[in-house]
Amino acid sequence: MLGPLNKKLIRDLWAVRGQALAIAFVIAGGVATQVMSVGMLYSLQETRDAYYQRYRFADVFAPVTRAPNALVDDIARLPGVRRAEGRIAAGALIDMPGVVEPISATVISAENGGRQAINDIHLVAGRRAATGRVDEAVVSEAFANAYRLTLGTSFAAILDGARRELTVVGIALSPEYVFALGPGQFVPDDRRYGVLWMDRKTLAHAFDLDGAFNEAVLLLQPGADPTGVIDRLDRMLRRYGGGRAFAREDQISDQFLSSEMDQLTTMATVLPPVFLGVAAFLLNLVFGRLIATERGQIGLMKAFGYSDLAIGWHYLKFAFSIAGLGFLIGAGLGTWLGREMAALFLDYYRFPFLLFQAGAGTYALAVLVTMGVTALGVSHGVWRAARLAPAVAMAPPPPPDYSIAGDWLTNARRLFDQPTRMILRRLLRWPLRAGFTVTGIALAMALYIGVSFFVDSMDHMVDVTFNLMQRQDIAVSFAEPRDRRALFDLAGAPGVLVAEGFRSVPAMLRHGHRQVRQGLLGVPAEAQLNRVIDAAYRVVPPSPAGLLLSENLAEKLDVHPGDRIEVQVLAGRWPRVEQTVAAVVKTYIGDAAVLEIGALNRLMHEGPVISGLYLSVDEAARPALYATLKSTPMVAGVTLQTEAKRKFDKTLDENIGRSVFFNTLFAMLVAVGVVYNAVRVALAERERELASLRVLGFSHGEVAYILLGEVAILTLLALPLGSVMGHFLALGLSHAMSADLYRIPFVVAPSTYGWASILILSAALAAGLVAWFRLGRLDLVAVLKTRE
Amino acid sequence: MSAAAAAEPTFRTAGLTKVYGSGASAVHALRGVDLAVPPGELVVLLGASGSGKSTLLNILGGLDRATDGSFAFRGQDLSRASDGELTQYRRRHVGFVFQFYNLMPSLTAAENVDLVTEIAERPISAGEALAMVGLEQRIDHFPAQLSGGEQQRVAIARAIAKQPDVLLCDEPTGALDSATGIRVLAALQQINDHLGTTTLLITHNAVVADLAHRVLHFADGQLRETVINERRLGADELSW
Repeated sequence: MLGPLNKKLIRDLWAVRGQALAIAFVIAGGVATQVMSVGMLYSLQETRDAYYQRYRFADVFAPVTRAPNALVDDIARLPGVRRAEGRIAAGALIDMPGVVEPISATVISAENGGRQAINDIHLVAGRRAATGRVDEAVVSEAFANAYRLTLGTSFAAILDGARRELTVVGIALSPEYVFALGPGQFVPDDRRYGVLWMDRKTLAHAFDLDGAFNEAVLLLQPGADPTGVIDRLDRMLRRYGGGRAFAREDQISDQFLSSEMDQLTTMATVLPPVFLGVAAFLLNLVFGRLIATERGQIGLMKAFGYSDLAIGWHYLKFAFSIAGLGFLIGAGLGTWLGREMAALFLDYYRFPFLLFQAGAGTYALAVLVTMGVTALGVSHGVWRAARLAPAVAMAPPPPPDYSIAGDWLTNARRLFDQPTRMILRRLLRWPLRAGFTVTGIALAMALYIGVSFFVDSMDHMVDVTFNLMQRQDIAVSFAEPRDRRALFDLAGAPGVLVAEGFRSVPAMLRHGHRQVRQGLLGVPAEAQLNRVIDAAYRVVPPSPAGLLLSENLAEKLDVHPGDRIEVQVLAGRWPRVEQTVAAVVKTYIGDAAVLEIGALNRLMHEGPVISGLYLSVDEAARPALYATLKSTPMVAGVTLQTEAKRKFDKTLDENIGRSVFFNTLFAMLVAVGVVYNAVRVALAERERELASLRVLGFSHGEVAYILLGEVAILTLLALPLGSVMGHFLALGLSHAMSADLYRIPFVVAPSTYGWASILILSAALAAGLVAWFRLGRLDLVAVLKTRE
Repeated sequence: MSAAAAAEPTFRTAGLTKVYGSGASAVHALRGVDLAVPPGELVVLLGASGSGKSTLLNILGGLDRATDGSFAFRGQDLSRASDGELTQYRRRHVGFVFQFYNLMPSLTAAENVDLVTEIAERPISAGEALAMVGLEQRIDHFPAQLSGGEQQRVAIARAIAKQPDVLLCDEPTGALDSATGIRVLAALQQINDHLGTTTLLITHNAVVADLAHRVLHFADGQLRETVINERRLGADELSW
């Protein structure tokens, strides 16, 4: 049985349904982004942890040049180590029938056809390579899908210069390649990179590693500190060409996964508060008006004997009904978005499965936050309703006193006509409310700019990275450093326009107690292809005088140009030298420590050797060049820069439409919510006033000017404020979302501000149109008789 | 004013009927009212609640439309006028005074008057209009700083500032005490005398009828009786 108060509640809700719905949608935006990001974070974490544990993903990786298998037992006995394995992991090229480009691959040894103790694979189809079978391979699922490889399909691979025909016997996923990034790639490109698991003996023969391994993988005991283990491991493996062990968190796939989760965390911290803050303001606005309108009714109910508590609870229920609707819409939308997102993630992150499961905790948190925000928003109004004395409530309120709004307009008699004066006085009379409305609209705009700037940022990153810095078409890497003569051999290959040698060595950089592991890159002083630029986008030539360090590295080491740092090379004779930081340079992807190649060779106590080549090539001659590269034994890896850029652009394009859609949707929810409610409340408050004006002979348009002029001013004020807030939101997000893997440059295109303005103006226009039509239905007769 | 225009009544209605709702719930607010109001008269409309006097005033003021019958202002038929035409009619010819003043709280007394003079064709200044109602000292006060009687006089000043042809007042003293009410009525009478503005005044207070040239008695949506006052009283002679 519905009590009279509850019937009133339902009818009142129905009467303000438009406004209630607008607020519910803003709340829904907050709940949806929260459920989606927190739920996605939770799902990714659960899935990753389960996957890593089930397939025993290594805690530590230790690449070496060559170490005897017997050493594995010594490694396993290191304190903190639960289990160790020595495996063969190497770069290779794949020659797919009908595909001219060489395809990069990583080949990994599989132990005796059985399950791997560490870094096991998840077989999607088929079986593991049989012991002793030189022609069998398990291929990564993404690569198999890209080329429609099925069990029994054959293709060729070039292992250490030797070509082999291989047959697919299995298709698999691995915790090591959740995010499978080939050398030189910026986003996974399944047509350009694959992973092969092959028989151990076959690989040992192919890479001349009989009785030996070139990478140790370790599982640690629970709670063991990887840093201590890595220190001991590096000392032990140093004479086997090791000393570069790294923990799981530095493994590339895991790193990307973690940075994705960091981004979700940032999203969960930034977006929901914006929505919910706006919702709290809107509830405050609408409730202030509701309580004012119902003064008489409140007095009457109290006169009949309803307690203050009952009245307060009545209005609180009103608010919670709106919030509850918002929560339901938001939870549904968030869950749907989460499922879509999970499906999208599976295109980039290769898990055996990824189910979006937000978990009861996520929804419970969203309920709590929604209720808290709602209570906060309406507390003032509900308090006023509960405290209103019945006699006071039943007397009509005195007319609002505008004399406190400042007299300056009174003197400026000629400056404004009366309708404009009414607009300005109202703004001056309630500056706080006007301020909140402006802030609310500005937040909608900031929200749009803050999330849309990523598109500008990525465009800029692509432009600078590919057009200013990494201008090579192809990067060729050798299995071992070669004499500089190799440069001349390949420079004469068909279609090569420019060839530049580079030398790269692993190293540890130290400054004071800070240290960072970072490869050193040596390039020619007159480098034209792979160049280094400073913060002002000027090319910085590598200087024999010292090291060029990327901003991120300089920050981590706390060094400035002119400072000296210690460089410990982790290869060759392990030289340790002091170097001057010659300049701090810009990188968006990864880090860089660059030297002049001659200086690096001297530092290494070696002659003119190179680790690989950067090539600029003639497009027409690509097929011939690819054929040469495939048949050159010393080539261990080929990075097709043009392809990597193309794939990067394509991935961005695919995601831009989606992100623009959702950003627009969310910003619209907030903007429409704020403007519509501001207009409706103003209309409700001034209905009598505006109807009086109509009676006095003002036209529909003239009356609309008074109502909408105010909203127009607030909206126009919000545009610059929103631009500034969006600017700083974008700045903050570019910092928050930057990781060691990549820096999100802070670039907001002028057009982004333009689109944001158009969006806000359209939302205001839509809300204005609704008000326009309502103004046409003003009851002119009623105002003559009623007292406000 | 020409002789022909003087002969033409300001308002003429024939069989004016207004029905709210339909079917069983239909309410007949006006049941065929025939009326002619000569120019320059002060007319008082008397009758119980629901007698139809407010409905008539609303139709004459261009706020509402008759269901049937015709209504002409200075010989021009407005029964079928559009919303825009009615807005123009109100703007050019009609001044309204409401029971609850309906001033804009965000505008001062002078600005409330200017609100109307800005859109009028031959207005007098706000200062003049306020002086006519005795409020020249209060022109920069906001409504919240004025008493009820003062607010109503501002409303009258607002109504007359555009020099309307007709002044329609719906219970202008209804919310005021008697002394204040008399001041307001004096202002209305003075304007009728000096400017010759045809004035229609609704009241529940029969005493007010003594001010009028003509008194219309309404009951059940019909004009029951028209009384022409041989002798009119001045507002200061009234008491209740």
